[in-house]
Amino acid sequence: MSRELLTGNGAAAWGARLARVDYLPAFPITPQTEIIETCQNWIDAGLMDCRMVTLESEHSMLTAAGSAAATGVRVFTATSSQGLLYATEMIYTVAGWRVPLVLVNVSRGLSSPITLEPDHNDVLAMRDSGFLQIHCATCQEVLDHMLIAYRLSEDERVRLPVIVNQDGFYLSFTREPVDIPSQQQATRFLPDYLPSAIRFSGSRPLSEGVAVLGGPAYSYFRYQSHLASLEGLSVYRELCSQFEKIFGRSYAPVDAYQTDDAEIVFVMIGSFATKAREAVDRLRQAGFRVGLARPRLLRPFPVDDLARALAGKRGVAVIDQNLSTGRGGVLHMELASALYSRPDRPQVILSFIGGLGGRDIAPEEFYEMAKITGEAATRGETPPPRLLYTEEELREVRKLQAVARAGRGGGPWEK
Amino acid sequence: MGEIKSLRDLPARHILGTGTPMCAGCGGLESLHELYDLTGDKNLIVNAAGCMTLLSVYPCTPFPGSWLYTAMASAPAGAQGVRDGLDILLKKGRLRKDEDLAVIVLTGDGSAYGMGLSATSAAIDRRLDFLYLCYDNEGYGNTGQQYSAATPHGARTATSRSGLGHFGFKKDLFAIWAAHQPCYLATVVGAEPLDLARKVEKAKSMKGPRLLLSLAPCPTGWDYEPSRTVEIGKLAVATGVWPLKEFHDGQVVHTKIPRPRLPVERYLETQGRFAHLFGPSRNDKLLAEIQAGVDGYWRQIEAKGEGG
Repeated sequence: MSRELLTGNGAAAWGARLARVDYLPAFPITPQTEIIETCQNWIDAGLMDCRMVTLESEHSMLTAAGSAAATGVRVFTATSSQGLLYATEMIYTVAGWRVPLVLVNVSRGLSSPITLEPDHNDVLAMRDSGFLQIHCATCQEVLDHMLIAYRLSEDERVRLPVIVNQDGFYLSFTREPVDIPSQQQATRFLPDYLPSAIRFSGSRPLSEGVAVLGGPAYSYFRYQSHLASLEGLSVYRELCSQFEKIFGRSYAPVDAYQTDDAEIVFVMIGSFATKAREAVDRLRQAGFRVGLARPRLLRPFPVDDLARALAGKRGVAVIDQNLSTGRGGVLHMELASALYSRPDRPQVILSFIGGLGGRDIAPEEFYEMAKITGEAATRGETPPPRLLYTEEELREVRKLQAVARAGRGGGPWEK
Repeated sequence: MGEIKSLRDLPARHILGTGTPMCAGCGGLESLHELYDLTGDKNLIVNAAGCMTLLSVYPCTPFPGSWLYTAMASAPAGAQGVRDGLDILLKKGRLRKDEDLAVIVLTGDGSAYGMGLSATSAAIDRRLDFLYLCYDNEGYGNTGQQYSAATPHGARTATSRSGLGHFGFKKDLFAIWAAHQPCYLATVVGAEPLDLARKVEKAKSMKGPRLLLSLAPCPTGWDYEPSRTVEIGKLAVATGVWPLKEFHDGQVVHTKIPRPRLPVERYLETQGRFAHLFGPSRNDKLLAEIQAGVDGYWRQIEAKGEGG
């Protein structure tokens, strides 16, 4: 084992290397590209026994990834944002093939307007695809979950592809100290891939991805994937306990921080949750009993873990780094529906939208959210969803609009 | 398979199963049968969305070999994944050499001429070792024959029903594919099984990107009696509408030059999709245009000395 400063992308590449992946179909996209560049350099230097092929699109990349996985090799691939959307048809298709593979998505806001910095609309658009989703908050978590993701994906009780998600820029390009396991340790946890029945070979003809006609057969296979995904929860727990024995780091479906005695709990996913964690420490110093519940698994959704962490709380503030236009925050909806039937559910579950397109969330905003949530619990009334946005930010955008208008030279609609 | 000199040298038995949901008289299935008899079953067919997708409907398949349905746009990328996967397994000693599979892409013209063109182009760039069979029925056949980039000028389709037929012109996919310099490329038609078999055998003897573009007469889409598929395929060649040719080592060679060439009308009049050219009043202008297009092609070939 060694300890090095790694970016989130570097950690993902190390994860792929330690997983001894056989095949890496690739396509460059910011902010993911560093992952495939790193892997290609290792392949060229003889440090990775892997074949990397650059496809002409993410759609083809995912097709090649799934096809190779169906042939019986361990497959890794990575993308981001528009690339993930371009591949969407194959994300669903490959999940239906029930082949194991790991895809790292480096989250980035979606067009339009086209942008570079992160939010989670890209990965959440894949929510219903059949891919399992693991959301990471630190570079260490990225590396460790690469290994866990392969075990999860290849487990015969699951056999579904897995997305390991990290935020673009904030994690992908941020250096953190990371423990890099030795290859021996990694192989002890993640042995060779044994494809068993899922593979093409000359003596055993196999038809994969065939059509079904009629609802009953279709429903059967779709629901089977759903059950396999749900199975992923207990398999994940099992794997985390094995992981801890070898590496000494423990993970759970929900990272519950200071929730035991908390009155108000923040719920959010991804690297921005580290800001919430910092805010929890500060708020506690100021005498507020707050905590943070961060789901690592989004699919399968860890309903029971969340219900336990949030049982009997006065209020929950869900901070969604995404926006389902016409409805609101996706995580808020997920959580509210998961907790609705629980008798010990929190009194109020508030929705905040923040961090769209990499927009920062300031410490004082966490303070404000805790305050509003506490007041809402006291009143017993849930206020409407709120966008985290300052007057200063609005002024800045007004300035941009003024510049844009000036360039246009005005018109009858201008004032 | 030894050298194919006459029809007697062709396989005596079809190995592709029968009772598929393809239409009676399907010209695409005709060429697939002929190809599959020669490639045998140690292969994997990677399919894109089209008529042939319905060959393998759970739990049945006519293929004694393997099958993978991908999507409309990316069958060649599926072939890439499978080929790479097999090569990795072979190299790492996880697959015995005799367990290897040939990889065959099977798509219609809707995929090949349009949505899948980018994936095909890139697969040839990467010199992927695969065989591609495109069954070209000159329209989006599986959805009821709307016009595609493969539809000939003047043909009536579900989306070109006016008296003039399709406004566009058939895209020269052969030339586009040839510009990529694949190892081998040929046009075929099921109605000329000897020519098809020689080309399949030639393609089989090579490694790298090899593509076969098969005209696929389509009784339902072209509006003719299923029993006439072979006759119409032969007429397509005899009238010069469908030139049989191959591309190899940078050279285009025509493998069957129709001499004398029959008038194009003989081909057009067999199909309901061209009926509006003949009645209620004869569209002499359009017929002449179509004839001129075919004449122009062959004049150019003679001039270049590509006639073979």
